Amino acid sequence: MTDLAAPLTRASGAGLSPDAARARIRRRYRAEARFRLYGMLAVGFAALMLVVLIADVVNKAWPAFFETRVRLGVTPTLEQVSTDGKLERTSLMGGDYDAVLRTSLQELFPGVKDRASRRKLFNDLLSTGASAAVRERVLADPSLVGKTFTVPALLDDAADLYFKGLMTGRSERGGRGTLIPSATTGEITLTSTADDFSADLADTKRALAATARSLRREAERLLRSAAALPAGDERARLEQQAAEIVAQAADKEQRLAATGGAEPLDASEPSKLVVLDGGIIKLTSLGTNEATGIVLAPLASTQPAAAGSWKVVTLDQPEANRKLGDQQIAWLEQLRDKGLVERAFATRFFTSGDSREPEQAGILGGLVGSALTMLVTLVLCLPVGVGAAIYLEEFAPKNRLTDLVEVNINNLAAVPSIVFGLLGLAVFLNFFGLPRSAPLVGGLVLALLVLPTIIIASRAALKAVPPSIREGALGIGASHQQAVFHHVLPLAMPGIMTGTIIGMAHALGETAPLLLIGMVAFIVDVPAAVTDAATVLPVQIFLWSDLPEAAFQAKTAGAIIVLLVFLFIMNGVAILLRRRFERRW
Amino acid sequence: MVAVFFLALVAIAVAAYLAGRLKGQRLVAAGARLHSLPTYHGLFLAVACVIPMLAVVVAWTPLAPRVVESRAIAALPADLQPKSELEHDARLREARLVAVGQYAGAPSPGLAAAGEAYRSARAAAEVLLLALGIAAAAGGFVWGSRQLAPDFRARNRFERVTKVALIACSAVAVLTTVGIVFSVLFETLRFFGRYPWHDFLFGLQWSPQIAIRADQVGQSGAFGAVPLFVGTTLVMLIAILVAGPVGLFAAIYMSEYATPKFRAVAKPVLEVLAGIPTVVFGFFAALTVAPFIKSTGEALGLSVASESALAAGLVMGVMIIPFVSSLSDDVINAVPQSLRDGSYGMGATRSETIKKVVLPAALPGIVSALMLAVSRAVGETMIVVMAAGLAGNLTFNPLEAVTTVTVQIKTLLVGDQEFDSAKTLSAFALGFVLFFFTLLLNVVALRIVRKYREQYD
Repeated sequence: MTDLAAPLTRASGAGLSPDAARARIRRRYRAEARFRLYGMLAVGFAALMLVVLIADVVNKAWPAFFETRVRLGVTPTLEQVSTDGKLERTSLMGGDYDAVLRTSLQELFPGVKDRASRRKLFNDLLSTGASAAVRERVLADPSLVGKTFTVPALLDDAADLYFKGLMTGRSERGGRGTLIPSATTGEITLTSTADDFSADLADTKRALAATARSLRREAERLLRSAAALPAGDERARLEQQAAEIVAQAADKEQRLAATGGAEPLDASEPSKLVVLDGGIIKLTSLGTNEATGIVLAPLASTQPAAAGSWKVVTLDQPEANRKLGDQQIAWLEQLRDKGLVERAFATRFFTSGDSREPEQAGILGGLVGSALTMLVTLVLCLPVGVGAAIYLEEFAPKNRLTDLVEVNINNLAAVPSIVFGLLGLAVFLNFFGLPRSAPLVGGLVLALLVLPTIIIASRAALKAVPPSIREGALGIGASHQQAVFHHVLPLAMPGIMTGTIIGMAHALGETAPLLLIGMVAFIVDVPAAVTDAATVLPVQIFLWSDLPEAAFQAKTAGAIIVLLVFLFIMNGVAILLRRRFERRW
Repeated sequence: MVAVFFLALVAIAVAAYLAGRLKGQRLVAAGARLHSLPTYHGLFLAVACVIPMLAVVVAWTPLAPRVVESRAIAALPADLQPKSELEHDARLREARLVAVGQYAGAPSPGLAAAGEAYRSARAAAEVLLLALGIAAAAGGFVWGSRQLAPDFRARNRFERVTKVALIACSAVAVLTTVGIVFSVLFETLRFFGRYPWHDFLFGLQWSPQIAIRADQVGQSGAFGAVPLFVGTTLVMLIAILVAGPVGLFAAIYMSEYATPKFRAVAKPVLEVLAGIPTVVFGFFAALTVAPFIKSTGEALGLSVASESALAAGLVMGVMIIPFVSSLSDDVINAVPQSLRDGSYGMGATRSETIKKVVLPAALPGIVSALMLAVSRAVGETMIVVMAAGLAGNLTFNPLEAVTTVTVQIKTLLVGDQEFDSAKTLSAFALGFVLFFFTLLLNVVALRIVRKYREQYD
């Protein structure tokens, strides 16, 4: 304490004028307030990060819990759904249910004639799993063959994203003048009595200007990084790339500068669709009151459309950057206008295993895998952990050996989890030859991982039981083991359970060691036994987060929400247990 | 089969317990005064049955596959008899596939015979195991029941077994450490047999992919781990720069300023943050923070890699905040109130007391908390796997992509690997470095905490 004494004597206020003293006190109080503020900011920062994290995940997860379907009226014929013309279950199993849906879609869009477009209509709009709904209905009731009924057909992930508004921003504007189309199909000219397209023209110009600006910036950045490089191939390549971008920008700027006349629209600019008279036209060039375009869905007639009966739909994301072209979007718009599109809670997300198709992927495989793994972990680590704690706390002699065991356990609790993965790989897989990817091995590794946690928590719980209980039991003639197992252990049980649940929650969220023992394989089937190949929920999250499809991002976040819900429930139970059974002696 | 065996085990144990207890009760009814309660007679008898049965399994497990395999090989016709170790293994693998019916295509007659021999030998082995187990249990039962008598010390016998079981439980924790040390040590030594250790520890170039072809000329110099150490250090430093001040200030505020009401809200917040799985933080880092940093950086005219060390480090820092704050909270609370009271008595403000009395007194504890946080940051895997890169850039620029030790371990060991290549073994060498570095930090930190606690207790 001698080092503290010196500054304090120097700081004593003797010899200061009252003003100076007051000023110094003010300064000290300001420092006090500042220090306090830092503390609050630190707690606030942690809370803010938690809120941002959870809000971000929930926001991203929301779309995963809903799926978009289109209600199609289907009439399965015997030739389509039966392999041998009989209504037996075995012959119905192998039927071509895709053909049923294909026919139904073609009836909805009679204008789609050529094979390529028909294939697109089916493949780009509907999920590959859509026909499962028809199959189920027919298998459940074979008398439906030849009859017409409606089924909800699952949309493909891209179409689903479009309806969820995640593919492109979409805005609508009603027409103000009367619009006169020149024809019903092919390339047509639209003439309005008002300057309806001037706003679109301005839009397009603005988009052009923005693109040109960002292209210029990109080129500058490239040139800067090129300048940092030594002269050579790499530098020349970057410079060439920059030059190309500058040329593109110049082209855009030139178009921007040109006034009057029609402005062409291409796939690198936001799409403009005109919806009129049951048809949809994609605009290819814009004037102020006149536009030309290609008909994507045929118009009913060439009748002039009155103001308000037609509209211009803008899709912000240029066609070139989208997975769905304007044609497909036009079909989707038509389906929606017919009132066939519905959005429903995605039970599929909870009842199916993994899939390469985002709209069909679910977390059931991960959930069951996690449950099996946790079962193995619990069965192994609870008895061993409690046994070790009882021995160390109640029976172990205090000597260097038990001291070493104690230090060892404390250190084991801080060993990086991936090292346990190395242990599992080297010992369980390579030495004992246990199966890869199996919940059995995962459970073993996680049991070793949470063992120190459970031992430490159990020891604390045993230590909290007052010695009087033990002495009382011993006093009336119980043996040491009887005193421990009959009296101390039951009283320590709530504490042990709390520690175990927290340890299990930790194990449930653990990913890294499981990657090393091969639980990263793509597994569609839901595991049925602890030796089946399986994946667990956190690993499923990791696998999905790596996939390029935008729809999987939502699935990832959705799986995270499910995982967090389980963790919160487990932690909640632990807190409840602690509150309910916590005893003060 | 395993299930049948263990069901039999449980059934025999229950039956033996009941029989033993019944015998004890009969002795009591006959007017004898027992040394141990009838329950202990039952427990003793159950243990007497279970132990021999388990011993049979332990002895049988390594032995049985050998017998089965030799039978299968013997069943092969002369022209298919293996001539080398490698061929031996290949034949066995094929026979096993035939036995379980997963052999692709039609097996040759010789192979089919081997498969059949394998299958029947295995079935026989399983039946034999069950029979031997039951026989052993029966032997134990007979021996055990002979022991039961009024003055038999059944409780002491049973308690001795329990104690051994408890000691075995404690040994598991030690064995885990031993297992870790040996599994990484052996592979590491094998790796250093192929690749000089000094080149590994001090080499500046990391590109393990080169070594796939052993005949390749540029193989040497590919396993220089310095870029990984630098990358790990960079990410860890960023994380500690976030978690250190925030965690420490949060702990100070919570223990010195916060009202009980505030603490009741803030503590769960930190606990929830601590309970979030690292894969979730990784998702947040890769899909939210990294794009945000990239776009912000580019708006400022900086070139930012899409997998920057900064994003991974920041999110890792957030992850460690609760860790630092709860450890610091403990050490700050351990500072005796008398030191604070003395300082207040001298007219110091709260912040002056904290800065000049509490923190210096708690300093060793805080340092050890930070050391544990460093060890946590170095060993963290998922955040860096998802948000940091794979290329071993030797750089200290936080806006560039770096790779870390844990990322490389994961990358080298996930997926199909031949277990004998230098590439795979190098992952164990990295694991070895990681394990001993964190172990060192932990041992030192825990020792400081321990020593320091005793000072005030």
